Amino acid sequence: MSEISRDEVAHLAKLSRLALSDDELKKFAGQIDEIVANVSAVQQVDADGVEPMSHPHSITTSMREDVVVPTLTAEQALDQAPAVEDDRFVVPQILGEEQ
Amino acid sequence: MTTYTVPETGLTSLTAAELAEKIHSREITSREVTQAHLDRIAETDETINAFLHVGADEALAAADAVDASLDQGEAPASALAGVPLALKDLLTTTDAPTTAASKMLEGWMSPYDSTVTRKLREAGIPILGKTNLDEFAMGSSTENSAYGVTRNPYDLDRTPGGSGGGSSAALAAGQAPLAIGTDTGGSIRQPAALTNTVGVKPTYGTVSRYGLIAAASSLDQAGPTARTVLDTALLHEIIAGHDSFDATSVDREVAPVVAAARDGATGDLSGVKVGVVKQFDRDGWQPGVMDNYHASLEQLVNQGAELVEVDCPHFDDALAAYYLIMPCEVSSNLARFDGMRYGLRAGDDGSHSAEDVMSLSRAEGFGPEVKRRILIGTYALSVGYYDAYYLQAQRVRTLIARDFTAAFEKADVLVTPTTPTTAFKLGEKTSDPLEMYNFDLCTLPLNLAGLCGMSVPAGVASDTELPVGLQIMAPAFADDRLYRVGGAFEAGRR
Repeated sequence: MSEISRDEVAHLAKLSRLALSDDELKKFAGQIDEIVANVSAVQQVDADGVEPMSHPHSITTSMREDVVVPTLTAEQALDQAPAVEDDRFVVPQILGEEQ
Repeated sequence: MTTYTVPETGLTSLTAAELAEKIHSREITSREVTQAHLDRIAETDETINAFLHVGADEALAAADAVDASLDQGEAPASALAGVPLALKDLLTTTDAPTTAASKMLEGWMSPYDSTVTRKLREAGIPILGKTNLDEFAMGSSTENSAYGVTRNPYDLDRTPGGSGGGSSAALAAGQAPLAIGTDTGGSIRQPAALTNTVGVKPTYGTVSRYGLIAAASSLDQAGPTARTVLDTALLHEIIAGHDSFDATSVDREVAPVVAAARDGATGDLSGVKVGVVKQFDRDGWQPGVMDNYHASLEQLVNQGAELVEVDCPHFDDALAAYYLIMPCEVSSNLARFDGMRYGLRAGDDGSHSAEDVMSLSRAEGFGPEVKRRILIGTYALSVGYYDAYYLQAQRVRTLIARDFTAAFEKADVLVTPTTPTTAFKLGEKTSDPLEMYNFDLCTLPLNLAGLCGMSVPAGVASDTELPVGLQIMAPAFADDRLYRVGGAFEAGRR
């Protein structure tokens, strides 16, 4: 019956970078299955040939004069960082993490 | 005994326009007005919990600056200079934490002010503090806040609505005469309806989103809320306008909303065509709300308006389209919260990779509703599902916009109830996300089309004795029509 299984949610959680507990996976699977079943109603709408709308107004690239304006200083940008060293963000190990 | 609705006497009982008049004529000072509202917050907010942060010193300093300038004979910086305001904690401020009611941003200090914040400061409006909301504005009851629920001043066991329940409760409790909300699917209008206040979602692109923490970028819009239509209009004019820092900001003149509100105050609606949306006049909704709605329609006719029924068949599909498009945009927008540059970082003990730390931080920092929407969005955007869900929802979005266009060929404004019921009990819908989503079905279509709408107080429901709102909707960039009709409706109820 359930279209969206616990395993499917585990896959989505991995893609979304969410380390969910087993309880969460089970709970979300049931809820998301019900929500998706509901929003699938869009598929019953006859919309063949209708242009999809991604935004309320037609967007054009807005251009500005190519002049220097003040932006955040390094100090401001780093102010709320969890870890900082030598004016840079410190992050956990990135390379060599895949066995 | 403390009463939690707006006091009947004293400075906290007055409208923003009345307070501004008294401050600008030097009958009272901005400091006195600001202090009175800070006192009211101190008296009531332990119970209401409208505020996540109160910035008394900063607010009083801003008030003193206004007083000093007026004492020197300078003209007020704006029509509302000196009148204090409550700011939804989704807009950044450099002098107070911005949390989005999430553990992810607990204590976070933004390096810059949102454009709305900047405009408020330039207008001489003291900011009392930051108000509670559903985490990252995802929810309909303010129960998804990581910092506790906000209570409805009209019934403390009930929700003030959401996501902007904090701002609306602050107005309804007399804690602030003005507030800022944000509206992605109804988060300004719906809480306004539940708290007997006025809330406006301006036309998409007319109020800058710079510094408004994004949930769904094609839907989000900040807007004004207050207890009267005129106060809301005065605030609207201050925050609206083009901003080069927001690429979706529209470069055109702000609609004359204050003039429209004053026009409306005459109460005359002769020559105005009001479209009654067939899809939202339903049996099965709360009888007290529907009775109130039908009485509101009758009142509009008595004031000279002509009612025309309008058929918007795709409004019935708005909920499904919204709860695909919104989570899709959320899953993309909230990817920025990764625990690397700011916000919560969890599990960084040397044994976890950067990617693991991101996953642990996001799992710890986000609450259940935010996680649900990220997962649903990720699902609907996945290879193999994209066309069937996201793209199809966008086609339905076009059909909804076309329904509006056709309806506005027959009517100047459209009306519906703002909500299908009055305020529900806290805890009543928290275990059933779909039931919670359904509460917003009247307000969602407008955001999908990018148009403007207002909820204006319409009295109370006969069965629950709780506040009801009338929703008024107008075409893009015709925000003044909301104030013309809303102002007249408000005058007609006096």
